[in-house]
Amino acid sequence: MDQNVLLKMTGITKTFPGVKALDGVNFELKAGTVHALMGENGAGKSTLMKCLFGIYAKDGGQILLDGKEIDFKSSKEALENGVAMVHQELNQALKRSVMDNIWLGRYPKIGGIMVDEKKMYKDTKAVFDELGIDVDPHRIMSTMSVSQRQMVEIAKAVSYNSKIIVFDEPTSSLTEQEVEHLFEIINMLRDRGVGIIYISHKMAEIKRISDYITVMRDGKWIATDHADNLEMADIIRLMVGRELTNQFPPKTNVPGDVVLEVQNVTGLYNQLQDVSFNARKGEILGLAGLESSGRTETLESIFGIRTRKSGTIALDGKPCFNRSAHESIKNGFSLLTEERRATGIFGVLDIKDNTVISSLKRHLRFGLWLSDKSQREDTQYYIDAMRTKTPSQDTKIRSLSGGNQQKVIIGRWLLTDPEVLLLDEPTRGIDVGAKYEIYQLIIDLANKGKTVIVVSSEMPELLGICDRIVVMSGGRVAGEVDGQNTTQEDIMTLAAKYV
Amino acid sequence: MTNPIANIQRSVADFRQMDKADKKRYITDLVLNNALYILLFVFVIYTAIQKPHFLSLGSFANLVIQVAAYLPMALGIAGCIVLTGTDLSAGRISGLTAAVAGVFLQKTDFVNKMFQNLPEVNGWWIAATLLAVVAIGAVIGLVNGFFVAKFSLHPFIVTLSTQLITYGIILWFFALNGNNGQPISGLSDEYKTFVNGEMFRLGNVAVPRYVLYALLLIVIMWFIWNKTTFGKNMFAVGSNAEAAKVSGVNVFWTTVLVHTLAGAAYGYTGFIEGARSGSVAPNSGLNTECDAIAACVIGGVSFVGGTGKISGIILGVVILRLIFVALTMLGVDSSSLYIIKGAIILCACALDMRKYLVKK
Repeated sequence: MDQNVLLKMTGITKTFPGVKALDGVNFELKAGTVHALMGENGAGKSTLMKCLFGIYAKDGGQILLDGKEIDFKSSKEALENGVAMVHQELNQALKRSVMDNIWLGRYPKIGGIMVDEKKMYKDTKAVFDELGIDVDPHRIMSTMSVSQRQMVEIAKAVSYNSKIIVFDEPTSSLTEQEVEHLFEIINMLRDRGVGIIYISHKMAEIKRISDYITVMRDGKWIATDHADNLEMADIIRLMVGRELTNQFPPKTNVPGDVVLEVQNVTGLYNQLQDVSFNARKGEILGLAGLESSGRTETLESIFGIRTRKSGTIALDGKPCFNRSAHESIKNGFSLLTEERRATGIFGVLDIKDNTVISSLKRHLRFGLWLSDKSQREDTQYYIDAMRTKTPSQDTKIRSLSGGNQQKVIIGRWLLTDPEVLLLDEPTRGIDVGAKYEIYQLIIDLANKGKTVIVVSSEMPELLGICDRIVVMSGGRVAGEVDGQNTTQEDIMTLAAKYV
Repeated sequence: MTNPIANIQRSVADFRQMDKADKKRYITDLVLNNALYILLFVFVIYTAIQKPHFLSLGSFANLVIQVAAYLPMALGIAGCIVLTGTDLSAGRISGLTAAVAGVFLQKTDFVNKMFQNLPEVNGWWIAATLLAVVAIGAVIGLVNGFFVAKFSLHPFIVTLSTQLITYGIILWFFALNGNNGQPISGLSDEYKTFVNGEMFRLGNVAVPRYVLYALLLIVIMWFIWNKTTFGKNMFAVGSNAEAAKVSGVNVFWTTVLVHTLAGAAYGYTGFIEGARSGSVAPNSGLNTECDAIAACVIGGVSFVGGTGKISGIILGVVILRLIFVALTMLGVDSSSLYIIKGAIILCACALDMRKYLVKK
């Protein structure tokens, strides 16, 4: 191989409390190549990159850049050493101009004090011309489209003379035409000898653009090969090939008649389009799909915290408008949100307050005051029923572990006596033991005749507990599969249908 | 269930097992978390040694009276702080309601009476006036709450605006009927007695009726905060508005009601202040919200949101008043008083924030 190795990462290890996020990962990037990094959500791709950029401190392993060992402390340091990243979520000063964003932190100066606007403009223009980007350097960032802003980010990386540029899901919000332009730029950079790490879920894209492909799974390196040697099916097999043994409790629930009908739900402010499905009494229905395929949006639209443009929801044949969370709860719905910390827990409040907040009506006496005794009874019941580990009811919820917080919030919802439970990533950030308990809980609920809809990025989880799985793709329903006789490969193929 | 002695024994046992560095950190934490009370204790002892009179029944009564006067506004503003907001219009609202109460309850035969045709002041009329001024306060609070909740404006901006608007209304009110901005005086004896009338004497100090009213208000507010759905919702919204929304709490109405309730409390404050000071000027109530906010913060109603107790607010007002009474007794001049007050608020906030910072 005549191409020289730019970056060599060996034995990278990173542990978070309860999880081994990276386990001795090896990765090698050659100059003038595009190297795709693939894996399911949570496989460790982002963590590996964060270790490279010093956003996380790695626990073990070695990173060599051009043969020299490096250990960046911040992404700024990485940038100054020629390692740049174009983020999935762009971190830009939106109220400032394009050139401000490119030269932020290293403004060209006149006499050490005054910012040299002219030079800044000229240099920006030069980079833009080189890359074929047609944007006025004086333009304010917030007035531009996401793709234009992404181009600015790339231009910034180039202006640092970066040797390595990491693209993290760059095409997730681009139109086809914009993707073409992006690929032109990437090809141009490759020809100039830049090493490119390309992270994406989109198979077709990866096959088109990359020279090498590395697959990661569960924080481990799985395989690296020439892109030509790998077929799409091979990649999928490598990505999902995980053993399933006793991770799930036995499925004992028996689905009954159809109770929930969701028809043609289309979002007003999101990409949801004609989402239709139904769910049975006592059924566990999975919603699968890639990130930003509209799974969360579907649940939130049903629950009324996202605005629907059209579509109907009916429970037991009775139409439910569900215009707000309050109304949805009344209609027998409940939603466990994805972002536990942001939209689930009340951190500074205690277990009791966190448990009873959605069912205060149960405790109201003479329509006037709340009975402390009955609140405590309810809280204690669910602490016992879920085996929540907490010193007392008066403990602040933020001092509990993720799994126990999740149990408290599930308890909160069960107290509203829902018919339909919408669970968005119910086991995210929870250790394996607690996961099993949550699965058991979900199956118990279905046994009691509740309808449970589970969104999860972990396909084995969906296959392990669901009766049926609806696969979403690009805001639409891509298909429906049986929970028993389906492989992860089938789901992945459907999930890629509209991307 | 919780046995205090067993708890202490357990804490002592835990402490013994720690190594040296942990012990040091434990003690530092203990001292810093209770720094305010430790300082207060030292301060009270010092004042008592310097001025033995400080620990008399009379000065205790004095303290209670002052607390009773300052507490209502703090109880109102605390709700806004629980919602991570604030209220700058409190002082002006109480100023307006004091003026309205004063005009409604002027002596019948007073020469400069602003409105000649008002009914004679009796119990019913006083009650009606009280209700009216509480309603006025509540309406302005409602406006505050509406703008905060509907347009997601920061309460700082909203209440800054209503503060100015209310002042404008006050000036306009004082110019009515050729009054020309003169203070409103000649308040009727019935009104003064209703608020200031002596209940009993404590160490030769007359304890006025509004101390009783303040106690009543404490009970009402405690009930609202701890025993009603509205109270629970208020803490939920203050702690995490997004989660509250998902949990089915009506964030809009909760926010509006918190501000309305606060406005009602300021209205009541104005009613008491009118009679307490004997005459109402256009600048009555100016900046009193600062004391109220300070008391809340000292008492642990954190700007972090979602935390605070009625007992804490009372404690905050007591601490602030105690320091004031003691410093005055020690003969500290008023300029130093302000500096000390500012320093205390700063310390209290810094110590409070320490509890919420995530240790990394």
